[in-house]
Formats: sequence, C-alpha cells, structure tokens
Amino acid sequence: MKKVKEFVNSNIRQYGMIFALVVITIMFGIITGGKLIWPRNVSMLVRQNAYVLILAIGMLLCILTGGNIDLSVGSIVALVSAMSGMLTNSMGVSSWLAIIISLITGLVAGMWQGFWIAYVKVPPFITTLSGMLVFRGIDNLILEGKTLPLSGLYVTIGTGSVPDIMPNTIRDFLHVGDLLKLQNKPEFINATMLLVGFILSIVYVFVVIFARKSKKARGYEVDSLQSVIIKVIAFFIVINIFSYWLAMDEGLPIMLILLVVLYAIYSFIASKTIPGRHLYAMGGNLKAAELSGVNTKKMMFLVYSNMGLLAGVAGIVTAGRLMAASPNVGQSFELDAIGACFIGGASATGGVGTIWGAVVGAFIMGVMNNGMSIIGLNVFWQSIAKGMVVLLAVAFDMYSKSKSRLG
Amino acid sequence: MSEYILEMRNITKEFPGVTALSNVTFQVKKGEIHALVGENGAGKSTLMNVLSGIYPYGSYSGDIIYKGQECRFRTIRDSEAVGIAIIHQELALSPYLTIAENIFIGNERAKNGVIDWDETNKEAAALLKTVGLNEKCSTQVRNIGVGKQQLVEIAKALGRKCELLILDEPTAALNDDDSEHLLNLLKKLNKEQGMTCILISHKLHEVLSIADSITVLRDGKTIETLDNSIPVSENRIIKGMVGRELTDRFPKHTPKIGEVGFEIKNWTVYDPLNEERVVINNVNMKFRKGEIVGLAGLMGAGRTELAMSVFGKAYGTKISGTLIKDGKEITLNNVEQAITNGIAYVTEDRKQAGLVHIQDIKSNITLANLKKITTNGFVVNEDEEIIIGKDYRERFNIKSTSVFQKVGNLSGGNQQKVVLSKWIFAAPDVLILDEPTRGIDVGAKYEIYKIILQLADAGKCVIMISSELVEILGITDRLYIMNEGRVVGEMKTSEATQEEIMSIIIRSSAGR
Repeated sequence: MKKVKEFVNSNIRQYGMIFALVVITIMFGIITGGKLIWPRNVSMLVRQNAYVLILAIGMLLCILTGGNIDLSVGSIVALVSAMSGMLTNSMGVSSWLAIIISLITGLVAGMWQGFWIAYVKVPPFITTLSGMLVFRGIDNLILEGKTLPLSGLYVTIGTGSVPDIMPNTIRDFLHVGDLLKLQNKPEFINATMLLVGFILSIVYVFVVIFARKSKKARGYEVDSLQSVIIKVIAFFIVINIFSYWLAMDEGLPIMLILLVVLYAIYSFIASKTIPGRHLYAMGGNLKAAELSGVNTKKMMFLVYSNMGLLAGVAGIVTAGRLMAASPNVGQSFELDAIGACFIGGASATGGVGTIWGAVVGAFIMGVMNNGMSIIGLNVFWQSIAKGMVVLLAVAFDMYSKSKSRLG
Repeated sequence: MSEYILEMRNITKEFPGVTALSNVTFQVKKGEIHALVGENGAGKSTLMNVLSGIYPYGSYSGDIIYKGQECRFRTIRDSEAVGIAIIHQELALSPYLTIAENIFIGNERAKNGVIDWDETNKEAAALLKTVGLNEKCSTQVRNIGVGKQQLVEIAKALGRKCELLILDEPTAALNDDDSEHLLNLLKKLNKEQGMTCILISHKLHEVLSIADSITVLRDGKTIETLDNSIPVSENRIIKGMVGRELTDRFPKHTPKIGEVGFEIKNWTVYDPLNEERVVINNVNMKFRKGEIVGLAGLMGAGRTELAMSVFGKAYGTKISGTLIKDGKEITLNNVEQAITNGIAYVTEDRKQAGLVHIQDIKSNITLANLKKITTNGFVVNEDEEIIIGKDYRERFNIKSTSVFQKVGNLSGGNQQKVVLSKWIFAAPDVLILDEPTRGIDVGAKYEIYKIILQLADAGKCVIMISSELVEILGITDRLYIMNEGRVVGEMKTSEATQEEIMSIIIRSSAGR
C-alpha cells in the first residue's frame, strides 16, 4: 500500500496531466454536443495543432537547460514559410528542394541565436526577443506584405493522408457513425489507418514484453507485472480507438506520421542518451554539470540550433496546411509552445520536464483551442481561458512541490 | 520569571517519512552562550527553524516559551518582533545593496514612509563600530569578504534590538583570523550587552572556548546538556554526538607508495577578472601513486585555484606550465578532457558546484562518466545505472531510502559520499579533493577518510586540500604548504607539526 502511495505521489504530475486532458476532452465533448470527438474534427484537431506539438518538443529542450525559452519561434515559422513561398513562386524551385532549403533556413536562424546565447552569453530571452523582431522583419521583406500560394509536397504534408490500400472493404463495424449520430456517416472506413494502428499496437505490446523479459534475464529490476499489463492494455486500446476514429475520416494524416516520428526521436534523445542526460543536469545545476565534464556551451548551441530546425518544420507544416505563405503567420506560436511545456510539467527553472509531458500539454492546448472555436467562443475569451490554464497548471505544480519538500 | 530566556518543550517535527525532531527539550539561560552540537542530520537546524518561525506554528508539536510567554510564531517576522534573530549558514544579504541598506532592510529608518538616509547611515555607522567592522556604510556588500559579511549580519540583528541571536555554523566559511574575531565579538556582546547566543558549530574547539553550556542532539533527540563552566573535553562531546567513544579520529593505515604518477611543472595562472594579477606563481609539484599529498595553507593561498586550473582550465586565464601524467605530457583544455585523461576534482562547494540537487543519487553518481554505461557511447543503459547506484550506496553506506532519493534531501555527509562516488565512478588516476570534509560531522568524516585511504591503496594519486591542519596531519603522507600562490614548503607529514606549518606560512608572508 505504501508503495502504491509512493508511486502515485512520484508520478502525480504525469497522471494528473493525462487526467486533465481526459477531463477537458470530456467537458468540451459535452459542451459541443459531441462535435469535438467527431472523426472529422479529431483529424482536423491533429492537423491544426501539429505546430504546437512540434514547437513544444524543441521548446522543452530549451526550458530543460535552465528555464530558458525561445521567443523567436513564431517569427522563424513565418520566415520559413516566406522562404517557401519565394522559392516555389518567384524562383520556380521544386517543392521538395524548397522544403530542404527552408529547413536549412530555420536551422541557420537557430544557429545564429545559439551562437549569441552559447558563446557570447547574451541571455536567451534577449537574444530570441531580438530574433523575434529580426526574423519577422525578414519575413515581411521577402513577402512584401503579399500572400503567396503553395502547392505540391507542401500541401501533401499539410493536408494529405496515406492512400487507402483496400478502399471500400471494411465497414464501420463498431457503428460509431450511428453512436455519434454523424450527419454523413461513412459506409466504409479506411483500412490502411486501421491496419497501421493495429500493427503498431501489436508491435508495442511485443516490444514491452520482450524488453521486460530480457531485462529480467540480465538481472535488472523490472516494474511489477500488474502495472505493466495495465499500461499495455490501456495503450493498446487507446491506439486502436484513435486509429479507428481517424479511419472513419480520411485515414492516416501524413502529418501524424511526422509527429509520431519526431516524438519518438526526441523522447529517445531526452531520456536515453548522453546529451539528454546532460541537458537535465545543466538545468539542475549548471556549475556542477560544467565541473562534471558537460560541455555546456556546446549544449546551449545545439539546443537553440535544434529549436530553429524544429521551428522550420513547424513552418512548413503550417504553410502546407494553409496552402499559402502569408506574412502574419505564426503570431504568438511561441506562447502556445511555452504554455504547452509548462502545462506538461516542465519546471520554470529547468532540469524537470519530459517530452511526453510537453506532448500532453500541447494536446490540452489543442483541445481547448478547438473546443472553444467549435462553440464559437469569442477569441478574446479563448485567450483569457488559455492564460488561466497555464497559470493554474504551474500554480498546481508549485503547490504540490511545496507539499512534498523535505526540510 | 524563570532563569531561562527560552524553553523549547517536547518539540516534535515530522517530515514525510522522517521524524526530524522527537520530543526535543532545549533550555537556554538568559545571558549565556549556548552551543548546539550534533552530527549532520541530528536536527540542529530543524530545531532552530522551528524556533524562528520558518516552520510555522502548527507544523510541529510542543511548546516554545520565550521570556516566560508561550510563543506561536507563524513567520520569521513574528520571531524577529520579539527579539529573536537567526543568521543562517548561507547569508541573507543582498549583494548589490550597501552595508547600511542591508542592515536596515525590512527595518527601515523612515518618516512617513520615506527613508531617512541620514538617520540610517548614522545608526549603521554606530552598529558597525559595535561589531568592529571597519568599512564605510556605503560599500556594496558584494565587495566585502565573507567574514565581514557575517559581521554585517550581526549588525543587522543588533539593529533589530535582538536579544537572542542564533548563529548557524558562522565560522564554517571563515579563516582562522576572521573566526577568532567573530567569536571575540560574540563574547563581547554577551558580556557588555547581555546578549544571549545560540551557536551551532561543528568546530568543537570553538564551542569549548566560548560556550557556557552545550546541548548535544543525536538523531532528533536531546542527549544531554553539559555545563562548560567545569571544562568539558572534546572527546566527551564527541561521545555524546556519536553515541560511542571515538578513540581514533583517523583510520590506521600503512601507505604503499609507488612511482611518480602526476607532475605539475612551472604552473602559472592569472586571475580571469584581473589579467594582471598572478594567482598561481610558478608552482612545481610531484605526486606519487598510492600517496596522499596534502595542500596546506590559509584561505586565499591559491590551492583551489591551482586545482581548478589543472582540472581542464576550469579557473584562470593565461595559464602556462606543463602537466605530466605517467611520464607523458598532457594538455587539458576543458573539463571533459581532464576527465578522459583520468583527472578528477571534487569541488569544495558541494551545494553550488558538486551536485544536481533535484536529481536522484544514481544520476548524480553517473554524471561524470555516462560513457561507461552506454552501449555505443550514446545510449544510456538506465538499468546498469541503477545497479551501479546501488553498489556505491552500499559500499559507502550512503544513508538514504533508495538510489532514487533526490540528493537535495540527504544530509551533508551523505551528499559528500555521493560526490565522492561520482568521482570514483569516473575512474580517475589522479583525484583532487577540495575540502572533502567541510561541514561534515565526526562520524561521517571517519567514513570519508576510509574511502580516501582505499583510493590511495588502489594506486591513485590523491591530492587533498584542507583548511583543517589536524586533518592534513592525520591523513596525508606528504604535504605542500602554499601561500600567496606559491609553494613555500614541502615536508613529510610524519615530520610536520601544526606550529611548524603555520610558522612557515607566516614567515613566507613576512619575507615578501
């Protein structure tokens, strides 16, 4: 019993977050009369909020180094989309080459800031505030206030889905269409999505079981069988329901593949690799990390360079979804990303936080954005609501920390 | 009214999973200097935090009677209002404010809400005179040394008409001169103004020289209160603190000294903030395998600077000279290179530079050598990490709930064991220990000494910086004496005495 209590206490933030996400989703599900969880809306929610998730992943790494944030990401998103517009329209570059050049632009913007932060020791807040103005300015210079159309690979990434390998074969066998009282129920659902989801969930189950076995065989400690089984079953069900939902609509969004891959890579780097561990150590105690052989300058440079690159990815995703490069895109994106990280349990002084948390935080932001839009809430009220949620999330953190602190 | 100015009765304070104080009774007579001693984690600071209102009324059980009245302090301001002042180990001064501003912070001399600077400065000057601090009131606090900052803290307490002054390890960061001045000041305030003092200290000789009574705490319980008017012996106190007679303060050991493993040649370092100033001046040293070499000297002798400049140029600028390890010259341009070349430096400042407090024991131990637990130099094997953490936890007897406990929640001695584990796990050949037992109680010190001796026996070059001469004499095989950035003497420890070392230092200063 004591162990259970300890476990819950040490993971309260993590489970609290998921709990909050579920509550918010149910709440908006009810308020919107079920519209929030309509398959069409779920797939739109993923596409619309992909940028928050991508930016939050990069932002979390910045925050881990010591509560440092990057204010310039919204402007880099705009700069990258402007580059894309210019390259494909006035210069006639093919869309895949334009994407590569645009990503490099984002990376260079990040490296520029990383240089000033890491090697000249200009505080990140100041450097990225400058970047926010500079990159927004360049964006406007490039577009001259005009909006340029985008096509090709941009649109595929932004709005496309993986084609159905077996169209019109699987019916809505769970009758979700009737359950949700959808206006235009799809007769058939997307087989690819369903299959991919099912295979992924099976692979996940086997990986977990295999990893546990091999750990045990090598004499390492393993989690209790019960907790593993509960976790695996829960995950299995969630993946399959989610993919069924998306299968009811257009199927597997290409953007979702991108998100899953980014999540997997960064979550691995943050939790399992030496650079990841160094980041956490830096945020915990910079001086101690330095004296333990962590190259703190290099890490700062890499983290901010990476943020630029991810802002570039977010820029391409956003431009692709809008099918256009417009000069004012990306306004206040940085705040969404920072908010997602803090809702997700990142510490404002660094050293604490997970990629998983940032992702859940981004989803909370996304559900709120989407839900409030559906009920037609005035954008000003939306802004007030988001602001309050960020404040309360961090306040809850501070409160639970002060409760658990030892003398 | 009883003879006691303060009585704390049956104080019990619990933290989640730990009882920090259990039924503690503590009585202080009016006008005495009362020392509170005990090992780290015995509950001294917790008791004082209860007294000063940092742990508010209701978070503990028991009664506090001050000047015959029961007190229920909810904040520090409450306790200050009745004349109790506490000076913590970490000073609570604002570095960019002047001495006068610091003295009257939160207690401003004001008329109708507007600060009266003339009055402030006048009173501050008077207070500085009382505490014997010869500085201008308008000097910024960051420009004066730690010793003087302590005096400012005391002036601040006096400015609040404090009658009961609590000092938590006031001399831990001070050199001998400053310590003596501080202790004399306490005696003077005690005699002339009848100030009652509670002094928490690990330095037993200080305690014996100024305290009227001594209360010993152990494991959150009051063990005894000794009357020092009939002189008490150091061993008598230690017996109370550790619960047994400590016959040997240093473990017995026969050194196995091998060939020269590490050499510092013509090492010169300049101050990074003032490139004209030489901090280390042409230092030459040799270290043999299996030998423990002490670096003795006063504060500011340049020992820490020497160690850090050797450790991948972590300190200093315009560094010149050569380092020779196992007969080969090595270049260390950053800490990472130093570690890969088998050099380790255990910092003197555990809290600021030694540990990541919000991380657990195992992560702290592996931090300096994560490569060792990776499969391909990149991916960390967390399971291996747990095993290593457990191994060190058992080997060095790190008192903790598990390897998942955050190091910020450990006592000083156990934190130091984690730091040592970290550097031992880094598998160095040369280990530089900077004040490895600072702020650590007697029992834990003994365990740390044992670890150090084991390292030497494993054939490592151990370099030990310590301000406690007794410790250097007790544990090293050979020692260098440093003063003002130079080596001014070298001798075998068996032939050295405290008096001789001090006289060499003083003569070398006078000769310049």
